[in-house]
Amino acid sequence: MDIHEYQAKELLSGFGVPVPRGSVAYSPDQAVFVATELGGWHWAVKAQVHSGGRGKAGGVKLCRTYHEVAAAAKEMLGKRLVTHQTGPEGKVCQRVYVEVAEPFVRELYLGLVLDRKLQRIRVIASGEGGMEIEEVVKKNPDSVRQILVEPAVGMQPFQAREIAFGLGLDLKQVSRAVTAILGSYRAFRDLDATMVEINPLVVTKDSRVLALDAKMSFDDNALFRRPAVAEMRDPSQEDPREAQAGQHGLNYVGLSGDIGCIINGAGLAMATMDMIKYAGGEPANFLDVGGGASPERVAEAFRLVLSDRNVKAILVNIFAGINRCDWIARGVVQAAEGLKVPLVVRLAGTNVEEGNRIIRDSGLPIIGADDLADAANKAVAAARA
Amino acid sequence: MSILIDEKTRVIVQGFTGDKATFHAKEMIAYGTRVVGGVTPGKGGQTHLERPVFDTVKDAVKATGAEASLAFVPPPYAGDALMEAADAGLRLVCIITDGIPAQDMMRVKRYLMRYPRENRTLVVGPNCAGIISAGRAMLGIMPGHIYARGSVGIVSRSGTLGYEAAAQMKTLGIGVTTSVGIGGDPINGSSFLDHLALFDKDPETRAVIMIGEIGGPQEAEASAWIKANMKKPVVGYVAGLTAPKGRRMGHAGAIISAEGDTAAEKADIMRSFGLHVAATAAELGSTVARALAKVA
Repeated sequence: MDIHEYQAKELLSGFGVPVPRGSVAYSPDQAVFVATELGGWHWAVKAQVHSGGRGKAGGVKLCRTYHEVAAAAKEMLGKRLVTHQTGPEGKVCQRVYVEVAEPFVRELYLGLVLDRKLQRIRVIASGEGGMEIEEVVKKNPDSVRQILVEPAVGMQPFQAREIAFGLGLDLKQVSRAVTAILGSYRAFRDLDATMVEINPLVVTKDSRVLALDAKMSFDDNALFRRPAVAEMRDPSQEDPREAQAGQHGLNYVGLSGDIGCIINGAGLAMATMDMIKYAGGEPANFLDVGGGASPERVAEAFRLVLSDRNVKAILVNIFAGINRCDWIARGVVQAAEGLKVPLVVRLAGTNVEEGNRIIRDSGLPIIGADDLADAANKAVAAARA
Repeated sequence: MSILIDEKTRVIVQGFTGDKATFHAKEMIAYGTRVVGGVTPGKGGQTHLERPVFDTVKDAVKATGAEASLAFVPPPYAGDALMEAADAGLRLVCIITDGIPAQDMMRVKRYLMRYPRENRTLVVGPNCAGIISAGRAMLGIMPGHIYARGSVGIVSRSGTLGYEAAAQMKTLGIGVTTSVGIGGDPINGSSFLDHLALFDKDPETRAVIMIGEIGGPQEAEASAWIKANMKKPVVGYVAGLTAPKGRRMGHAGAIISAEGDTAAEKADIMRSFGLHVAATAAELGSTVARALAKVA
């Protein structure tokens, strides 16, 4: 799960990471009110959408007057911000963050991720803040400092010092950077984050170290024990179909093709989508109905897939282990009643004969398939017809 | 022979008395697995499926001589259950549970390092379908009837793609020594590499199929190891050619977020290290048949 910049700053601040003063606003009037409350002469107005690259997309404005604050907020609120990460449809901006603009002399990068290979938390820092870290690693690998955290004891102050000195900070700045680095680590560990990114972490004229931007992602599997984080979910930033799928125990990812997929198991789902592509078609979605799928859940899967107007044919591919083909078949038959697009069904595994009998006896125009390749070919042909 | 388990392996079930665990324990027993008891804290002394229930894994090991366990424990308590199994000296734990926090698995992996390699518990999973040694024993939730006994090892991140491979092979008259599901999470108890090494040493296994998917460095690591060490032919497949970058495809670990994470890159790496790569999931069985023909 992702959260907004202002939420990440609120959380990080609670772990001692210094951030500029600021507050969230839902309207231009509120934005001006926040600016007056904050005081000062310069403010940054920032569109709150779940995406990086907001600055380049016009989602961050530096303002010198209250009038400019109101104008910037008005321009952002209610609009879709399209960045290189959001895709062409963009993400709707319903909140802006207004903060005191802090003049800075250096921009640094600080990131924490879960390293899958080494199974440790990895801390990455660089002296070239403001750029994407992947670019920096390619262009100037020597400027990148990295440390791995030993899970049994956690991050140690010396490790944070190594990073801070490695970035060429002076003594006063080092101790402040250490506070920010250790605080980010504790937030990562204690809140079950999967990513913390502070880009840039800036050094101000008066040698303070501040998180100017902040991004956090969290482990969905750990939200049960992080209710304060779970409450920060913003459904407006998520695909409504994906959110609806989650409520029914389904896993759905919308894509741009025209063959709707209903499959059990994430691996088989991906492989079936690949088969569709191989057969000359394009999948409209990824959908895993999961283990122990009831007829109701299958019916819900059909509703979801059909809510995508591009869908010209549906392919159901089930290899039942925990699932039972007869159960799935009952759900398919219920859902296929009155269906307006062609339906291809391939069943295998537990109770397959019973499942196929239910499909045959239904008298519905369901196209049966013997195996994976047959199913993909028939679905592509049906979508073209 | 087979790897990890056979009909003699003494097995306990952690979370034994739960509904799902009960259902699958019955299936395992029917398949011929030597289930000698189970653990549910607070239900020690009871009898379930005509087998004793214990409060702790240590009690179960002491009374039954169990060496392996199948863990059916809900996500919040799964990490704890794995560490308990390791502490009780089990050789093997297979964990089916989906949804365990990644940092819990990180701590489990670190905890296992306390033990010298020769006494270290091998964890299979989480978020997997389990292990089956065809015709001998099953430690998992798979449909046993799709596996013919034979000479090919299967190791897969995805449960259903492992089924697909076994079924296609059976149609072609090819059987399985052992099939292992390593699971779809970002941090696995054991990796492709751990099981490939076991298959390489197993005299009955003549070839292995490794079924991967997008995300993570495991397939590349295993492929390099295969090139350097493995004496038997390996068939490879990677699901997720059509997966968009940055989107999680069902499995917590199936996401393209770094270089080398895509299906195309992984398949190329496999080819460069000499694996027989199946172009599509419909060719898993036929690619295995071709690889076997070369060693015959």
